[in-house]
Amino acid sequence: MLAEALFFSAVLFTIGVFGVLIRRNAIIIFMCVELMLNAVNLTFVAFARAYGVTGQVFVFFVMTVAAAEAAVGLAIIIALFRHKQSVDLQNINLLKG
Amino acid sequence: MPHGDLPLFYTFQFYLFGLLAIVAAVAFVTRRSPVAAAMWLVVTMFNLAALYVMLDAQFIGIIQILVYAGAIMVVFLFVIMLLNLGHASEVSDIRGYAGKIFAGLMGVALLAMILAVTKWRVPDVLALPTDLPARQIEQTGVIAPVAQPLFNQYLLAFEVTSVLLLAAVVGAVVLGKQHGTTRGRATDAG
Repeated sequence: MLAEALFFSAVLFTIGVFGVLIRRNAIIIFMCVELMLNAVNLTFVAFARAYGVTGQVFVFFVMTVAAAEAAVGLAIIIALFRHKQSVDLQNINLLKG
Repeated sequence: MPHGDLPLFYTFQFYLFGLLAIVAAVAFVTRRSPVAAAMWLVVTMFNLAALYVMLDAQFIGIIQILVYAGAIMVVFLFVIMLLNLGHASEVSDIRGYAGKIFAGLMGVALLAMILAVTKWRVPDVLALPTDLPARQIEQTGVIAPVAQPLFNQYLLAFEVTSVLLLAAVVGAVVLGKQHGTTRGRATDAG
């Protein structure tokens, strides 16, 4: 099962990266990051099955960090929306030369 | 989870949930409406929870449904609703050709890299008995094997995590607060 789980994890992570690169909506990009974190969690759980349950503890920490990240990130998106009236990354190009 | 030769239905269901997760993830990335995308992501997370349960991580599976599919996705949907983004935007959300090609190449390269890595055999030094978690579960139940290292070996990390959560809550409140003038507040109230 390890190989299959790692395969699913790899595909899900790649879909997440693909989504970050291809979308412009900040919220959807943020959800793609969550998808990547989930793929990593699947790797942790698969390895935890083979090498001892400690890997599942790390899944806990990843989930906690993901929750914190979601709270702060969505607050940033709301603040951004107040400024620009948009969450489209095309309109948010202050750092572009 | 059974050991030795896996029953056919077990393997079949593992593949089924994995493929459903991937299909839902593809649908999630390609939907134009943010709400539809969020719903597909919830489907992916449910399938991942099923995979966790099949991989002897029952507690993580439950937490996945409660925290990810429940709490985090609800926060996302709240923000979509608050900012009134439920409809697909007028400008195309998908980037142009250059972006698509770059993303496609990146995806293929990343996939090839990860698949190449998974082909490697794990060195024998690292190999442990593969039924270790199953035996732990038989001895102490589902939650205890997770709780033991969490509250012994990783206690410091656990405590630091609480500080992280506090910082995140304070940060979210500060960022979400209106720190404009009274004029800004009046405009928002009206």
